[in-house]
Amino acid sequence: MATHKQLRIALRNCGVIDPEKITDYIERDGYSALAKVINELGTVRTIDLMKKSGLRGRGGGGFPTGLKWEIASKNYADQKYVVCNADEGDPGAFMDRSVLEGDPHSVIEAMAICGFSIGATKGLVYIRAEYPLAIERLKIAINQAREYGLLGKNIFGSDFDFDIELRYGAGAFVCGEETALIHSMEGKRGEPTVKPPFPAESGYLEKPTNVNNVETFANIPPIILKGAEWFASIGSEKSKGTKVFALAGKINNVGLIEVPMGTTLREVIYDIGGGIKDGKEFKAVQTGGPSGGCLTKKHLDTAIDYDNLIAAGSMMGSGGMVVMDEDDCMVSIAKFYLEFTVEESCGKCTPCRIGNKRLFEILEKITEGKGTMEDLDKLRNLSNTIKDTALCGLGQTSPNPVLSTMDNFMDEYLEHINEKRCRASQCKALTRYIIDAEQCTGCTICARNCPVNAIKGERKQPHTINQDICIKCGVCYEKCKFNAISVK
Amino acid sequence: MDIVKLTIDNKPLEVEKGTTVLKAARKAKIEIPTLCYFELDGMKIENKPGGCRVCVVEIAGRRNLAPACTTVCTEGMVVKTHSIRALNARRTVVELMLSDHPFDCLICAKSGNCELQTLAHKLGIREIHYQGAKSTYRKDTSPAIIRDIDKCILCRRCEMMCNDVQSVGALSGIYRGFNAVVAPAFEMNLEKSTCTYCGQCVSVCPTGALTEVDHSRNVINSLADPTKIVVVQTAPAVRAALGEEFGMEPGSLVTGKMVAALRRLGFNYVFDTDFAADLTIMEEGTELLDRLGKFLKGDKSVKLPILTSCCPGWVNFFEANFPEMRDIPSTAKSPQQMFGAIAKNYFAKKIGVDRKNMVVVSVMPCLAKKYECAREEFSVNGDPDVNYSISTRELADLIKLANIDFNSLPEEDFDRPLGESTGASVIFGTTGGVIEAAVRTAYEIHTGKTLNKVDFTELRGLENIRQASIDFNGVSINIGIAHGLGNARKLLEDIRAGKSKFHAIEIMACPGGCIGGGGQPYHHGNFEILKKRAAALYQEDAEKPLRKSHENPYIKQLYEEFLGKPMSEISHHLLHTHYFDKSAEIVVNE
Repeated sequence: MATHKQLRIALRNCGVIDPEKITDYIERDGYSALAKVINELGTVRTIDLMKKSGLRGRGGGGFPTGLKWEIASKNYADQKYVVCNADEGDPGAFMDRSVLEGDPHSVIEAMAICGFSIGATKGLVYIRAEYPLAIERLKIAINQAREYGLLGKNIFGSDFDFDIELRYGAGAFVCGEETALIHSMEGKRGEPTVKPPFPAESGYLEKPTNVNNVETFANIPPIILKGAEWFASIGSEKSKGTKVFALAGKINNVGLIEVPMGTTLREVIYDIGGGIKDGKEFKAVQTGGPSGGCLTKKHLDTAIDYDNLIAAGSMMGSGGMVVMDEDDCMVSIAKFYLEFTVEESCGKCTPCRIGNKRLFEILEKITEGKGTMEDLDKLRNLSNTIKDTALCGLGQTSPNPVLSTMDNFMDEYLEHINEKRCRASQCKALTRYIIDAEQCTGCTICARNCPVNAIKGERKQPHTINQDICIKCGVCYEKCKFNAISVK
Repeated sequence: MDIVKLTIDNKPLEVEKGTTVLKAARKAKIEIPTLCYFELDGMKIENKPGGCRVCVVEIAGRRNLAPACTTVCTEGMVVKTHSIRALNARRTVVELMLSDHPFDCLICAKSGNCELQTLAHKLGIREIHYQGAKSTYRKDTSPAIIRDIDKCILCRRCEMMCNDVQSVGALSGIYRGFNAVVAPAFEMNLEKSTCTYCGQCVSVCPTGALTEVDHSRNVINSLADPTKIVVVQTAPAVRAALGEEFGMEPGSLVTGKMVAALRRLGFNYVFDTDFAADLTIMEEGTELLDRLGKFLKGDKSVKLPILTSCCPGWVNFFEANFPEMRDIPSTAKSPQQMFGAIAKNYFAKKIGVDRKNMVVVSVMPCLAKKYECAREEFSVNGDPDVNYSISTRELADLIKLANIDFNSLPEEDFDRPLGESTGASVIFGTTGGVIEAAVRTAYEIHTGKTLNKVDFTELRGLENIRQASIDFNGVSINIGIAHGLGNARKLLEDIRAGKSKFHAIEIMACPGGCIGGGGQPYHHGNFEILKKRAAALYQEDAEKPLRKSHENPYIKQLYEEFLGKPMSEISHHLLHTHYFDKSAEIVVNE
């Protein structure tokens, strides 16, 4: 993977150190940021530094981290909590998992820095149980940090105490939403509640709680050591530093990348990703996970940052990036993401519980060739209402794949509805397998392999497919040795 | 007090800091529709999950619409409750709910009382634009409550009642997304959960998802059977609420009209559960004095406090949650069951009828009574002492079914002997009433003196937990009162921890006592209605010539002719019961 456009801050140690050896981490300046914060900076200057660095939450919301810490620090309570959100749930995303598996100490150190800054003595990592290796490495790292006195009582000889416990998530996507995450940790049903109150006022066990994502934490030790100016010099005007993306889909180089904010989509897809697979044509890139949007060729020169992506109709999200080519049907893509949100909705609010289901059903109808022009109005109206009325971020963003594909690929929707045609041949109900009588030799191999006996014809005579019976399995297409069968 | 200034629908308003948009609007007489929101004002409990999204309003400068129920007013806020954006969103949200709802309104038990139906009407919904699959579940019928959760709209009110108010924990949200619904854990049957059948979930359910088991058909059939003598008893709280079902003001006392209606329905004998309440006081009061006397003499085998036992929801609660303390409650049966036992063992003989040919119907403010009368220990050879228990709401439906114009009925009196009652028994219907009635009798029996003043106002009210000390001739008797099972749990945990200072405790499962029972006309959380119902009962008590249970002449006659004396052998046999450890019957998962 091309590295010259990449810059590793969050992933600086991944693959470089042995994550099970604290000494490896310490050798690379590990825990010196914590020492600096405790011995030199103190709480006010640390928060000030964080604010000046311009770091924004990497979990998707993009809320300024320093400001979040400041709010939590100003809420007085007998107990406060630092929570690390490691409930990474976007399909295909593994940024946080890589950090936790490759550099667990950076998260532990950052949580302690946060604890010191806001006045919390307890840290909790909410991690999905489906990440056994990350859990194991975190446990090892926590134990090592305790042995070295970097967690526990009187850290660096100060009066600061801090320790970390793990909490396992059962894999519900919505538990990545911070209020739902907190309820899940409390043993309650994992569903969001209305904010305010924000966790910084009333969070875990109704105490002030600061929730940051894994990648956000991983950025913090270098910021403390190298300074706010250094970090703020990287990235775009309103989005500082780097962002890790999970590059996936129809692209030559798939995997994790870390690039400075402000890098263009074109640089990511062509220079780092190596362009589209098999020389096919780029069609769209989906950013922001299941709630993001699909961007097109006209967006390729968009500089990636929080605000630009939202302006373009998508979002940063936690860093999923799925590239699509000419073989992808954009209606099916919208349907795929809706299926995910329907599955992952907690069901608490009406628009998300029922509205997304109805969106999915309309999309299904269109991909089955049964859509009407009226359905397009329904899709747009319902999408807008869901965005306007859903309780949490999951519901408020879930119609994005629908709206962005409607905005950018309306022609494909119209083809499905008016011409009953899917140009990418992805929608089975709309595809037809046809035998070219000129090419067919009457070898009968297709008829013999058809599982539903839809193909008829005399030996050595051209065969035909009964479209009423055909289930579009494509077996005939694969078996034909004479290229006589085409998909329309 | 900090003041916040804002405008709602162009109306300038000043509200206290922390006020929600919904409450500010209500103050300005702007009725923003709600559905999941529910306030139990007297208990300072609010259900506002912000889930239904019906109350969304437009706030200037805000990206999305805001739920009025959870959004707090801020300085300079400009709110529009009926902008086209808010109206369209509100209608779409309700259309979505209807799209996942069975369209059987015409035959739904909640038709006419359904808040979803009313809302759809108010919003003028004539078409559902978004049709699709419906979430369906199996129907669960318990002895008292039917869960038809195809009709659940996930307002979570029942969950709030079951958990926050009652601390029972039988209902909670399960599954997720489109399949999310409120049910017992693992979608078990209610019968196998911790449910006490208090019916508070039914009383707050906005739709037909939670309703009572309807026994009115059985009653109609019995009335039509010429071989049966059908006897009816009516609980005290019924008369203070039944009128509401016929458009009367809350607190209208309709005892006489109710008796007239029951007679016109064809009951052979219209009796009063109040008679049995007087009997309860004789037994329970005697038991109290007996235990108290032994306790004060230092008898270590006697446990105090003594707990009342007339509320079946409460009995179910301690059998499941505090089974090791089941020797503390009074062994006296509830008035409903005392009545049944006396009707079938005393009155039936008196009029020369075989108990098998007598049908005893009870009209109760309660759903747990349906379960109680079906308990095995309250049957003789398969013949229950009380055959059917119907709720206040079911009685109202029966009266309407029989084409009776309730409001124009004359006032009639109960039949004798089981229809005579004192003021003490009437107040059984409100929290604090049972213990007040017991004090009136126990005091006079214990001291041998006549009470100058029978009103113990210190025992009255609607505070969650109340306490008072009554001077029994130099001995100070500490009395505790709790209504709502969550409050009861606190007193029970004190007893378990050995910290309780009470000699006697009255517990009612429902907030307000029986006046707020699960079978009463829906009060929508309005404690003013409960206060008026309670006031009606205290009024009837004050107007009664006899106000102490032991003065009831027919009770005296019953003891003379049949029972002998309180806690006699025959009393023990017919009027007392025992409790079971039900904790093992609750199935967590199978």
